[in-house]
Amino acid sequence: MARVVVDVMPKPEILDPQGKAVAGALPRLGFTGITEVRQGKRFELEVAEVTDAVLADIEKAAETLLSNPVIENYTVRVEDQA
Amino acid sequence: MRIGVVTFPGSLDDVDAQRAVRIGGNEAVALWHGDESLQGVDAVVLPGGFSYGDYLRCGAISRFSPVMTTIVEAAERGMPVLGICNGFQVLCESHLLPGALVRNNHQKFVCRDQRLRIENASTAWTSAFEVGQEITVVLKNGEGSFVADEATLDRLEGEGQVVARYLGADPNGSQRAIAGVTNAAGNVVGLMPHPEHAVETLTGPGTDGLGFFTSLAERVFA
Repeated sequence: MARVVVDVMPKPEILDPQGKAVAGALPRLGFTGITEVRQGKRFELEVAEVTDAVLADIEKAAETLLSNPVIENYTVRVEDQA
Repeated sequence: MRIGVVTFPGSLDDVDAQRAVRIGGNEAVALWHGDESLQGVDAVVLPGGFSYGDYLRCGAISRFSPVMTTIVEAAERGMPVLGICNGFQVLCESHLLPGALVRNNHQKFVCRDQRLRIENASTAWTSAFEVGQEITVVLKNGEGSFVADEATLDRLEGEGQVVARYLGADPNGSQRAIAGVTNAAGNVVGLMPHPEHAVETLTGPGTDGLGFFTSLAERVFA
């Protein structure tokens, strides 16, 4: 078994109200020095083995379902085996 | 006209939409998300609500339901489709309409009577209105902020694809105060506010929303 991670983030030009709310709460808890927060999503996909075909499929899934290319960017990476 | 109203798991306003369709002089046909058949309807309304719990992104999972596969094909052939609120989100996720709807810029759910200006009265769903007409319908959303890149916004404005705009204070951070858009052909319309809640004086702010449900018939019998 292997794990492929897809990270999805709002595009830089898209306002991220959730990230802003988190950024607003941090100083209230004493966490100063954090100037900006962007909130995204992480998908952990389990596959039997990592092949070029599997990665191509996951790339397609990331583009069609896991992210909305109008407002989000994604990255696909294979997680190191522990 | 026979107008189908789709019920997804988590749809909220499907029964109100059916009622508005009937008050508008049409026959309402209940359609089910898991059913590919459109039962021969002339047009489809995708109602408001929280289909699939808004999981992943609003409308993202509904977009791949069996009924949507058929609706996307039919819409591309010219069948009129109106998406209200969550239905608008489904249409954007389906790429039948440009842009996307993201969380309100102020983070809060908004529920109020909202004034709109009709910007395009030649779509399948807005021909009962006049350009520049001001109407009041209900607005209720948490993720109703319309966004698109500048080039897309310019194209929408240039081609007259902005259907309605918010008047007064900005309710959710939508770019260029856009409340609704249409596709290039004018048969697919997405609207964030809820005209189906403004078809009877007893339960709404007035009857200004009725035009969205009478336009189709007026167009056909004109």
